Amino acid sequence: MSEVRTVDVAEVEAVVRKLCVEANHELRADHVAALQRGRDAEESPIGREVFDRLLENARVSAAEQIAFCQDTGYAVVFLTVGQDVHFTGGSLAEAIDRGVAEGYSDGYLRASLVRSPVDRVNTGDNTPAMVHYDLVPGAGIELTLLVKGAGCDNMSALRMLTPAAGVEGMKRFVVETIEKAGPSASPPVTVGIGMGGTFDRAAVLAKRALTRDPTGSPSPDPKLAELEAELVDAINATGIGPAGFGGTVTTVAVHVEAYPTHIAAFPVAINLDCHSHRVRSVTL
Amino acid sequence: MTDLRLPLADPAALHSGDSVTLSGTVYTARDAAHARFLEAIDAGEDLPVDVDGATIYFVGPTPARPGHVIGSAGPTTASRCDAYSPALVERGLAAMIGKGRRNAEVKASMLEHGCVYFGAIEGTAALLSQCITAAEIVAYEDLGAEAVRKLTIADFPALVVNDLHGGDLYDDGPARYRR
Repeated sequence: MSEVRTVDVAEVEAVVRKLCVEANHELRADHVAALQRGRDAEESPIGREVFDRLLENARVSAAEQIAFCQDTGYAVVFLTVGQDVHFTGGSLAEAIDRGVAEGYSDGYLRASLVRSPVDRVNTGDNTPAMVHYDLVPGAGIELTLLVKGAGCDNMSALRMLTPAAGVEGMKRFVVETIEKAGPSASPPVTVGIGMGGTFDRAAVLAKRALTRDPTGSPSPDPKLAELEAELVDAINATGIGPAGFGGTVTTVAVHVEAYPTHIAAFPVAINLDCHSHRVRSVTL
Repeated sequence: MTDLRLPLADPAALHSGDSVTLSGTVYTARDAAHARFLEAIDAGEDLPVDVDGATIYFVGPTPARPGHVIGSAGPTTASRCDAYSPALVERGLAAMIGKGRRNAEVKASMLEHGCVYFGAIEGTAALLSQCITAAEIVAYEDLGAEAVRKLTIADFPALVVNDLHGGDLYDDGPARYRR
């Protein structure tokens, strides 16, 4: 039997607070590099200008500590916890929410969450965080924060395809979703795709796929990597371009994750992230 | 790049795809403020701001740091206000600034009443905040980030999306690069 590792939830709270501030002010270096590659590939003059402004915005945001985007998003947390970890000091979920509330207050970030979709009263501190827990062997803790803008989340889609529709049907669904989103998803987008599992599993896979580091790196599965490259090409062929003003680069990265599914099913979830792709990960 | 003053002196001279900078007064409003505008109109009450000749910027900024006029302030998705915009355009609204497509009803209303729609880039929100030289809340303070603010903007970069001649950059731009 392995040793139990004790972790005070205050440690998680402090990490979440720090990541909320960092993620909202400094794009990950690999994402800046992906934007730079996009700029180099873009053929439209207006499109190149959009990329230049995005890159300048990244510099100003970090230097002046002004949030990269005014939509400072949902705080989506992926917490992968070893089963030998024992959290002390109170509720883990509450500690994560305290970290979000402190980070959003200290970082002058916008409180964008309402307590109910019906009465729409702002919670005032951007809580609750949207937390996904994974329990794994060992005693490690990995925490990833995705600051998820709503404009692009709103343009996301999930469909239960038939096995007969297959990969070709999936590709058509992806292009259709990108076309429908148009400028509203704030391209150049990062596209997270979850295939397989159940209705709910596909959606979580898609969101998790967005956090792949570095942005635009291929799937380790050669078949999925090939599919990702085909999808990048198909999405860029739409001509939507940076900010939707027309151009040859509509996406800087497509990340596909797959999972076992039912003999009768082919769930596909497509989660879009705007040019303000804000992710931070730490190992505790 | 054309430097324009608000209110626009000659909106008919603008064409979809023109790169411009805007200077002057704009009012901020998002979904929640628009819903209240419409409630006021339905109740026969005056709007808290005079929309005749005015420009609305769809934005909900982040809080200002001490010593700053405003926080990060890029455009939000305009289509969420499509249900509300025609009623304001009919009352003389002269321009809107946001991101994303407008629906057919809004576009028809803009053409009929002479309203221009400008597109700004959401991922430049930190840069755009530096083009805002004054900000004050003028209505619905309880809405927080969604309150209506009067902003003074200077050299605020935007593109003409919907002009007064039926042009739509979100159709015409992508059509040029579609493969």
